[in-house]
Amino acid sequence: MTAKLKAIPISAWLGLAIVTLNLLVFILGPILAPYGQNEIVGAPFDPPSAQFWFGLDQNGRDMFSRLLAGAQMSIGVSLAASLISFSIGIPLGFIAALFGGWVDTVLSRIVDTVMCIPVLISALVVLQALGSSVPVLIFTIALLDSTRVFRLARVVAQGISVLEYAETARLRGESLFWLITREILPNALPPLIAEFGMRFCFTFLFVAGLSFLGLGIQPPFADWGGMVKDNQQAILYGLYAPLFPAAAIALLTIGVNLVVDWLLNSGAAVQGADR
Amino acid sequence: MIELILKRVALGILTLLLVSALIFAGTQLLPGDVASAILGQNATPQSLAALRQDLGLDLPAWQRYLTWLQGFATGDLGMSLANRQPVADLLWPRFGNTMALAAYAAIVSVPIAVLLGLAAAVRRGGIFDRGINIVALAFVSLPEYFLGLLLILFLSVQFNLLPSLADTYAGMSFPDWLRATTLPALTLVLVTVAQMMRMTRTAVLSVMDQAYVETAFLKGLRTKRVVLRHALPNAAAPIVNVVAFNIAYLITGVVLVEAIFNYNGLGRFMVDAVAKRDLPLVQAAAMVFGAAYVILNSIADIAAIALNPRLRHPR
Repeated sequence: MTAKLKAIPISAWLGLAIVTLNLLVFILGPILAPYGQNEIVGAPFDPPSAQFWFGLDQNGRDMFSRLLAGAQMSIGVSLAASLISFSIGIPLGFIAALFGGWVDTVLSRIVDTVMCIPVLISALVVLQALGSSVPVLIFTIALLDSTRVFRLARVVAQGISVLEYAETARLRGESLFWLITREILPNALPPLIAEFGMRFCFTFLFVAGLSFLGLGIQPPFADWGGMVKDNQQAILYGLYAPLFPAAAIALLTIGVNLVVDWLLNSGAAVQGADR
Repeated sequence: MIELILKRVALGILTLLLVSALIFAGTQLLPGDVASAILGQNATPQSLAALRQDLGLDLPAWQRYLTWLQGFATGDLGMSLANRQPVADLLWPRFGNTMALAAYAAIVSVPIAVLLGLAAAVRRGGIFDRGINIVALAFVSLPEYFLGLLLILFLSVQFNLLPSLADTYAGMSFPDWLRATTLPALTLVLVTVAQMMRMTRTAVLSVMDQAYVETAFLKGLRTKRVVLRHALPNAAAPIVNVVAFNIAYLITGVVLVEAIFNYNGLGRFMVDAVAKRDLPLVQAAAMVFGAAYVILNSIADIAAIALNPRLRHPR
């Protein structure tokens, strides 16, 4: 076990530390925050001080408290979207691979067509029609992103279903449910876990990007992308206010990427993922 | 080869049609319809019916889709709901601005990325390769607005080298335009170079692992000759795909960058239209973005077919 732990490179440790820290903030954020997320505690754009570590925002609210509280929305929405996208993409991908024939053709053509349109453009079209709210955000992103998960799950399952143990199970007369849950899924897990990291990074940046455009998470909830947008003008006066939430977004993305890079390079995963 | 290219063109046209159907379907998700959205609280059954007939909403969806598609083919993109102007007049100048910015970024980033990727692949595992990979991984993770804000802070606020807002207007002189758009273009370059360089490296490395490259080395040829004469021609097609993938990314990455620098392009225009829920504008902008994306990918595939040495010299 210790030998295994030593084999983990420093970059991966750094990534794991960043991810853990973010998870703690995600769970405990509002409890740790010294001030309320909408509590006005001073003048707009007061610089960082011992009392307010990251200074105040455009309305005089504590930036540090809002960063801690905002993790719930920023991380929560993208985590929910990634989880839903995997629970749609993996079963459909496995079914397409196992059934083949017209099921595979129909599903793959639909996915190919959706993937022909840039994700941001598709999302903007849906948000135009339905307006921006947290459930709409989560389901839109999950559905659009599940196309990528579908493709990977399908390729991985196709590889596994021709192996001897899967063939044996099929000849034994096992049900489709058994094949998926007992033969395919356990063996497909390593690449899918690495993919989950990559998809989470993508959805996280995507949600933050939409919020930065003003079309993502709406006030009064604090979220990192929206905080960059709200404080953006301060940079013109040489103030660092919008850099704190932007750096928080960058830090978590780098952390997850470092972990994913290690998972992919440790040979536990199959290539074939795209952005 | 000609047959392959023609097939690819046909596939591209089919994809365009599917994309247009999907975008049209996406805009029909609205509960209720556009007429009730326009009239809002003031709607009476009579005014609703009149407006529906006016906008052609009383027709079935597939007929409206065909009308919309026909309009698009003839250059009529409909009327904006917000200010009652023809969408085409509002859209095309901004599309031009967006393409100009994307082209500026691509002209700078493509050669840099391909050269860096080649250099890293040739010195695989060396200090240069490992160093540049770590830097690239960091840049791939940074959101556009983080880089953009840092550039504004250092290059425009602290050292006052370049303007922080990308103000452009018709009839602007080229040097002025260049000055105004350098910061947004630089942001796009930083984001795409890292991604493109990593993908180029992978593409070249997969060719370098082929048997004929090893043969060339065993014949005693120099590294430079092996890379330029044996590996590169065969890696050209995947590299073209990498470049196209990133130019396609530029088209949407530009949406965020335009918001940072307040650049008057199609991306910011579309975001504003979404916020105002201006259906014809969003529909048209989505179709233009989608078409640009599909057309770019088709061109890349055709270039890849044309560049493939095995297809160019059939036995």
